[in-house]
Amino acid sequence: MATVTPALQTESLRTLPGDPVRQIQWRFADRYDLQMLVQAVREVARGPVARLVAGGARQSHEWTPEKHALLEAFDASGITAAFLDVENGGYLEGPKNLALALIAFELAWVDAGAATASLAGCLALSPIHERGTPEQRAHYMKLCAPAAPGEDRKPWRGAFCLTEPLPYVGVDTGMLSGKVRIAEWKDGKEPLLQVEKRGRFITNMGFANFVTAAVDSGDQRISGSCVVILEETDPGIFDRGAVTRKLVHQLSSTSDPIFSLTVPASRIVGGYTVKDGCIVPNFSHSEIIEAVFRRTRVTVAIMTSAKLLSAVEPVVRYQRNRFRGAEQTTPGSVRHELGLQQREDALHRVVDLWAMGEASAALGFAAARAFDELDPLEKQKDAILAAEGINGGRAELKKLKSVWPAALEHLRRGSGIETPLVASRDVLEREAKQDALARYVLADAVAGVLCPAAKLWNTGLGANAMREALSLMGGYGITEDCPGFLAYKWMDAQLEATYEGPEAVQRRNLIVTMTHDLFLEQFRMWIPEMRKIASRRPGTGACELASAMRLWLWTYEHLRTATDAEGAKLYNSARQGVTFRLADALCWLLASRQQILDVMELDAKQAEAGDAEGTVAFLSDLCHVQAARAAGEAGRICAELVYGYNAHPSWDDPLHAGCFLSEELDAWESCAPGIAAYALDVLQPDGSHPEKAGPCAQCGENAGFQRLRNQLDLCLTGSQLAKDRAAKALAQVMIPAVPDYPR
Amino acid sequence: MNPLHIVVCGSVVPDPLQTLEPVTTAAGPELKNEMLLPAVLDPWAACSLYEAAHLAQLSSGSRVWLVCLGPKAKVQQAMMSLAQKAAFELVLLDGPAHGFADAHVTAEALAAAIAGLAGLDRTHLLLFGGWESASRGQGVTLQMVGERLGITDQFQGVDRIALGDDGSFEVIERVEGGKHLVSRCDGPPAVLGWATGERGEPRNDPQMGMKNMRVLLPALQKAAPVAVSAEGLKYEGVRVPTQQRQTRIVKDMSPEAIAQELLAWMQ
Repeated sequence: MATVTPALQTESLRTLPGDPVRQIQWRFADRYDLQMLVQAVREVARGPVARLVAGGARQSHEWTPEKHALLEAFDASGITAAFLDVENGGYLEGPKNLALALIAFELAWVDAGAATASLAGCLALSPIHERGTPEQRAHYMKLCAPAAPGEDRKPWRGAFCLTEPLPYVGVDTGMLSGKVRIAEWKDGKEPLLQVEKRGRFITNMGFANFVTAAVDSGDQRISGSCVVILEETDPGIFDRGAVTRKLVHQLSSTSDPIFSLTVPASRIVGGYTVKDGCIVPNFSHSEIIEAVFRRTRVTVAIMTSAKLLSAVEPVVRYQRNRFRGAEQTTPGSVRHELGLQQREDALHRVVDLWAMGEASAALGFAAARAFDELDPLEKQKDAILAAEGINGGRAELKKLKSVWPAALEHLRRGSGIETPLVASRDVLEREAKQDALARYVLADAVAGVLCPAAKLWNTGLGANAMREALSLMGGYGITEDCPGFLAYKWMDAQLEATYEGPEAVQRRNLIVTMTHDLFLEQFRMWIPEMRKIASRRPGTGACELASAMRLWLWTYEHLRTATDAEGAKLYNSARQGVTFRLADALCWLLASRQQILDVMELDAKQAEAGDAEGTVAFLSDLCHVQAARAAGEAGRICAELVYGYNAHPSWDDPLHAGCFLSEELDAWESCAPGIAAYALDVLQPDGSHPEKAGPCAQCGENAGFQRLRNQLDLCLTGSQLAKDRAAKALAQVMIPAVPDYPR
Repeated sequence: MNPLHIVVCGSVVPDPLQTLEPVTTAAGPELKNEMLLPAVLDPWAACSLYEAAHLAQLSSGSRVWLVCLGPKAKVQQAMMSLAQKAAFELVLLDGPAHGFADAHVTAEALAAAIAGLAGLDRTHLLLFGGWESASRGQGVTLQMVGERLGITDQFQGVDRIALGDDGSFEVIERVEGGKHLVSRCDGPPAVLGWATGERGEPRNDPQMGMKNMRVLLPALQKAAPVAVSAEGLKYEGVRVPTQQRQTRIVKDMSPEAIAQELLAWMQ
């Protein structure tokens, strides 16, 4: 039998991956604006932010002057303006999702509370940015831009207020208690609104100058819900509320505010129309938060990725230095040089942590890039639909569904939609629009999966991985002195798994988006893509991942029509034991796939990264380790779902399904001696049977699954060798002489 | 105040926080994994660049060039931060930057590049650089560049320069014993090897960086390869300075007693 053996890798990791490597992996090697942004944010993160954390600023819930000074550092370093469009005081052209993800990554490398403090301002502006009127956008964006040289003003800060005290809006964003009523509506004048809202866990409230608040109608003359902009100087009560006594993200300001304010109706985000004497907001609060959260959740996901990768260096340093200084540990001895890294377990655990961090960052940045790709397409889509008189709602869904066939054709061709050689201008224009819409629905289908997948997997599994990281530091890990602030990061990761939609919300999103035909079609195409990579780079685990993806797809298709032992349908939204778990399995696969793609990108451009051959080899081994883990998790979940809802065969089955009768075995034995040895479940003439739960279950109609599962298990071949190689490299890699933060 | 033409010589060095371990290769001594380590502009040269940018702001019509001999990829990465801190024009000589290069050859390449700068008026020239280097620190390269350009007014260990309205300037140099030497010079050209200067490292400002990169990117693309050979130069050995660690645990010792002990140790 011919076998494929990975080429002998002589080079391995020599130093920790630096900026040139990351720029290629995360696709901003050609974006010097983003490279500079990274440097600027890093300087703030590892300087003022790290100094605050080291100085104990996380010990107080209050918003102190020292914490407030961070906002000025954000302004001076371009962090605040990174979100803004150029015409409103920003400096980055085009979509900002990757830029914001990089900011979140760099700040969260040190402290995610600082990242939240910076990004909460963007969150407050996002409703206005995504759905605001042009006037609202221009007004508030300019107010929030840091002062230009020579200008004497302070930038405005905002807070986004959705969550309310229990039992109102939290996981379920529909349960609003905040109300908007008409306070005054004089003929020919703009109506005045009375807004009553209590918030809970609202970030940036300690200093916000304005708030974008979600409220429901409390007046027959206002239709549905909306988001309104409240300013601190509006008449009424703008009470910042009690400080939240949170144990995490203490470098961000969080409190439970109370608002009772009168504001003009022009503060309704996105504007309104008057119909039959009733104010109809152009966008409901749900429409707005959907547009906002699907982008901002990506940055939250990235915060946890940064934690995992930032933990590697402190853990390696701790392991190496563990015994240095002891009388028994002489310089040059193995114990002195390697410390805990003499032991395989210590190394393997760091490899697992690192592999998880790589996959997590890969998935998070892929999601950010997906939205960068989607944003201009969405604008184009909006313009095309507006020209056709379609303004959201069902008409938009219907129109977009009509381009699905074109989108699928687009996929099958693997390139842009072809236009006829000879065609009228009308035909060309129509096809161009069709093409734009097709591209939009395809990109939207992928972004719609990547965002909740990253938010769910990066944060939830990331929190678990951070616990592992902490455990690798021994008792040191749970002290304030632990380099890399690992204990804080572990706690913070739990918050990241919760805010902007906890795990259940992400799973709920995912079970809808992952079953979209356009996503599934693209997912199908990713399987041969992985096989192709595997044929070129067998050591990456891509083949194994392809097998796991195939298994997942088989399972999904099976579950769509399968029923449980009682005949109840398995795949439906209420059956979260099925749907949510399938979503969990998908996340593992998506993260691993993206990790492999990132390393392939680096492989293709390794000359640009300097001497990166060893880095590519090491990161490929990490891919293999992670692919094996992802395949294992997906395989386990799929097997539980496929088999787990069948009733176990019983000895009492009147047809004795799956059992042999001792008499029939005796008869066969005379024809084929020895055959009885293969029979496990034999019923004796007196009805007795082996002592176990029942006859062993047969795969029956799931033979296809069994075949794929077996193949998947065999595909794990070599994955532990990759882990051993990675561990060996880890024991030799050169790390900086000292930590680079606090500076 | 007369406009100044300030040329800063400086190269990239591995980030000083990294592990810097000398190794001997077939090509001579090197730092282990040097090409993989993150690079920064040599800290002494960086001080002189910030001083140059500040001086240029004081006298209108002034120009600042950074003439840099180093690997293009490394310099490009360093620019992502440096471009956010000061405005300057870049002249990149794409070549090796490690601290074991021959100072004579390096000085020759730098001097040739400076001599060829378009628009440089040597009567307004202040040649800046670090008096030390984080890569090794022979402290001779800048002096030799000045000599090759025929500049005889040279100052080393500079902490401050004060410009006069008549084109003259006053320089404060570090000398032995923690003292400074104050000199007056009639005017450019002159060589100033900077110590730390008096300006802190400017904050990163991406907006300034974006503006500067429009000038810096073409310069990076135009970088010409330069061969800097170390022919005839032989190192017998290289090593990092050894660290002395003598730990003694004491309790309840007064600050005066600690000071006395330190003093005695130093004497």
